[in-house]
Amino acid sequence: MTGTVEIRNVVKRFGKVEAVRDVSFSLPEGETVALVGHNGAGKTTLMKLMLGLIRPTSGSITVLGDDPAAGQFEARRRLGYLPENVSFNAALTGQETLAFYARLKREPAKSVAPLLERVGLTHAAGRRVGTYSKGMRQRLGLAQALLGEPRVLLLDEPTTGLDPALRHSFYEIVEELRGRGATVLLSSHALTELEERAGRVIIMNRGIKVADGTLDELRRIARLPTRIRLKVTDTGLANVPNWLGPVEGWRRINGHMVEIDASPERKIELLRRATDEGAPVEDLDVFPPTLDELYAHFLLSQETAR
Amino acid sequence: MRNILIVARKEIQEGLRNRWVLATTLLLAGLALSLTFLGSAPTGTVGVRALDVVIVSLSSLTIFLLPLIALLISHDAIVGEMERGTMLLLLSYPVARWQVLLGKFVGHLSILAFATLLGYSAAAGALAATGAEIDAESWRAFASMIGSSILLGAAFIAVGYLVSALVRERGTAGGIAIGIWLLFVLIYDMALLGMLVVDQGQILSGGVLNALLLLNPADAYRLFNLTGSAGVSAFSGMAGVAQNATLNPSTLLAALAAWALVPLGLAALAFSRREL
Repeated sequence: MTGTVEIRNVVKRFGKVEAVRDVSFSLPEGETVALVGHNGAGKTTLMKLMLGLIRPTSGSITVLGDDPAAGQFEARRRLGYLPENVSFNAALTGQETLAFYARLKREPAKSVAPLLERVGLTHAAGRRVGTYSKGMRQRLGLAQALLGEPRVLLLDEPTTGLDPALRHSFYEIVEELRGRGATVLLSSHALTELEERAGRVIIMNRGIKVADGTLDELRRIARLPTRIRLKVTDTGLANVPNWLGPVEGWRRINGHMVEIDASPERKIELLRRATDEGAPVEDLDVFPPTLDELYAHFLLSQETAR
Repeated sequence: MRNILIVARKEIQEGLRNRWVLATTLLLAGLALSLTFLGSAPTGTVGVRALDVVIVSLSSLTIFLLPLIALLISHDAIVGEMERGTMLLLLSYPVARWQVLLGKFVGHLSILAFATLLGYSAAAGALAATGAEIDAESWRAFASMIGSSILLGAAFIAVGYLVSALVRERGTAGGIAIGIWLLFVLIYDMALLGMLVVDQGQILSGGVLNALLLLNPADAYRLFNLTGSAGVSAFSGMAGVAQNATLNPSTLLAALAAWALVPLGLAALAFSRREL
């Protein structure tokens, strides 16, 4: 299967620094993929490579069937990019700025006003960009990335500076585009935010791809324990092993809560016992490992393997 | 081609918004007008070749001012956009780097040409309005003065781009731009003069001198305008030079054009190799 973005054995060196080391992946249509990693993990470099702004030292990249660095601009017309810390010339108005980018993409001038409306900037369209707040600039950045119904969207830290309401509407727009078959690649630090949105996660560390898969797949590979939190009656609290069976890794949180780290294969068994007829359990919560924990796990396991 | 025009249009739009266009036009018009009326004081109002006097004073003004304005607009063009982060976004669009550079060039040159044309024409228009008689030859010399002024501006815009494409920081670009201005406009002539005095015609032949004059766009411009027409060279005190000059106007124009095209080509090359 070939995706809209194909990356094969890509290496990128800046002088002595290896920013990307032998990375391969493929992004299919209609999928939201999260690119996760520390600063300097190679996320932005990967995006620049996909845009053809820099050339790989070795390996090959194909975006929408073209080599992005070959000077073929057909693919770029169907590509939206929102750089980290997007900035615009302060002298022009929001409307003029967007109209300029629309002309470069050969989009009709009438596509500008609806886009400004969509990101909620209609009221500020006639004001100079220099007067915009960080959030407004970010919205203008999103608007330009959405020009021309992109097939591939590369969004570098897209939600920094957006308030929660705007963040929500931002993800709605992304989801809508994905539904129409666009490939969306998101990089972010806000992992909890990506958790519900990204169908697939690629974790980068120091230029190496350390994990790649859906959240469920990553959870299976990582074999991280699921946290089960039980609200227990006072009598039950005194003799936990009696009714729960032999369990390692349980601890009291406060006077009436018990928390258990359950390995994947023991999870169901523990839940059965906790919900058994005679068990002194009043309430129960189950927390699967979060993206944060998975991320930490994969980074740690890669560091120790080196 | 369309991309070049789109970028050029944006540069002009920005220039209008930044008041660059307004400031430059007013500055040039104001100086040209004051030179026209103050400059005609020594020759009196009976001078039949009033416009020739204006050409002499305006071309001297141009040599100082236009390179400075050109470098001020252009030194920031690439390194400034890179530092502000706007270049990254622009280059992710379906536009080649040479198109960005050429578009900026067209835009900046249009701003400069507009200001020069309007400012200097105001001076000539005012002179004509006072009833001075101006013959066709003077008009021709005036027109070629404006044309070559714009070409001089183009040369320094291109040099500014080359600096902008090579350096890492805006501050460095600004410093180098000022240095280039000082070198070409002030130091070069002084050094040349000093060399001629010391040399006493021993080693430096006319050919070497000609080459040295062509190596500075400001000198090529000066020679072109002050010796180009008989009337003007009489007023500028360059008549003697004009008679001995072995550099004809087309060579001087070609030198100016080369000063615009070569740095522009080198800037495009440097820009295309630059990592973002």
